[in-house]
Amino acid sequence: MAGESAKQVLFEPIFSNNPIALQILGICSALAVTTSMSVSIVMSLAVIAVTGFSSLAVSLVRTQIPGSIRIIVQMTIIASLVIVVDQVLKAYAYEISKQLSVFVGLIITNCIVMGRAEGFAMNNTPGMSFLDGIGNGLGYSIILLFVAFFRELLGAGSLFGVTLLSPVNEGGWYVTNGLLLLPPSAFFIIGLAIWALRTWKPEQVEEEDFKMSAHKVKEAF
Amino acid sequence: MAKAKDSVSRTIMVALVLSIFFSVVVSTAAVTLRPAQIKNQNLDIKSNILSAAGMLEPGASADEIENTFERFDVRLVDLDTGKYVEPATVGVEDPMKYDMYKAASDPDLSTNIPSSEDKAGIKRRPNVAKIYTLSENGELTRVVLPVHGYGLWSTLYGFMSLEGDLNTIEGLGFYSHAETPGLGGEVDNPRWKQQWVGKELYAENPTEPQIRLVKGGVSADARNKEHKIDALSGATLTSRGVQQLVNYWMGDRGFAPFLKNLREGEV
Repeated sequence: MAGESAKQVLFEPIFSNNPIALQILGICSALAVTTSMSVSIVMSLAVIAVTGFSSLAVSLVRTQIPGSIRIIVQMTIIASLVIVVDQVLKAYAYEISKQLSVFVGLIITNCIVMGRAEGFAMNNTPGMSFLDGIGNGLGYSIILLFVAFFRELLGAGSLFGVTLLSPVNEGGWYVTNGLLLLPPSAFFIIGLAIWALRTWKPEQVEEEDFKMSAHKVKEAF
Repeated sequence: MAKAKDSVSRTIMVALVLSIFFSVVVSTAAVTLRPAQIKNQNLDIKSNILSAAGMLEPGASADEIENTFERFDVRLVDLDTGKYVEPATVGVEDPMKYDMYKAASDPDLSTNIPSSEDKAGIKRRPNVAKIYTLSENGELTRVVLPVHGYGLWSTLYGFMSLEGDLNTIEGLGFYSHAETPGLGGEVDNPRWKQQWVGKELYAENPTEPQIRLVKGGVSADARNKEHKIDALSGATLTSRGVQQLVNYWMGDRGFAPFLKNLREGEV
């Protein structure tokens, strides 16, 4: 890990080592908050801020943290940051924070944040850890926005709340796809995104756990 | 070094310092941002009330909402007697500070609804409700009443606005619910909400609201069409919930006694 440049640390998680598409972390919130673009953007900014600053904070105190309580120390740092972000959203982006409801609070349990704190920030300098946190936040965001783009456009006929395809129930022509407004549709879109990404970068395909041997017919007699 | 870092005293020390540091960070954020948050919450409730009354301009600024809302009188009503009560009876100075949904879980301020009467599925009803009236040139033109009840997944909270005759509906809007997006969630659809405008709550008997959500649309020559609303397609239970909650809150266990008094000028 030591030889990585700052640029690599920041940009690798976006496509090459994406937390959602390759590590399959943070799926739950990706299902819940992607019904509209504006909500996804705010959620993304919240996650970027939390992963960046929690990695920075963990890295700053990494030499002081006793091994026996390191996970709970990381949790304390992450939880405090999430509460601060939640309070800021309630004060300055009230409408959106109402739509995000509990999902801001649930950033605490987002595996990406904890994973980066334990996996990277505990062993790297504060500057690099901060970039790594931001990079992973960006990787999360890009998938979130990709999913939200299709869900909002095809599910509600709009982007950022601006109607592009006028829906039938408001007197237009576009029959909205109700499935896309429900959480399971995000599974399909994330699945398709992973498929596309692994077609583009075949090295991300996992090796098979086992191989079926060729079918052989053994004569009984 | 490694040994000193992992000693018991050191572990306790680190835990202590960290806890104190982050409690200060969290409390500072909570305390300094509190005023902005309260302002947002109040503004949200006010814009919901204006929206139900059909008085919310799209994209209105915070000041415009405050100014329009200023014209409303906030009053507290005892639901059993149907008369106005002083804010002091529910322990607040300013009627705006009274939270009827909080009161619904306080045994001193609410009553249990027997399950046979609990059409709206809310279990407890506050004794005192907070309502908003608008008078122009000394004449009552609008009354905005809070309504809530159970749909399919969630309790729907909203406001119903009535015209000065206390029978014609000016609008119905829900500001909080968790019904299925695209199906029951269409209670927020402006086109659907538009249907409510001009419908009539009561027929002859002013304690029995007649609102019905019917399937298949309301044709222009339908019988009693002034009481009928086209139900939401694919959302039978949400539609039923809306019908029940409107009829409960506008019935004799809800606001009917108050509306009767108001009509007769005896509040």
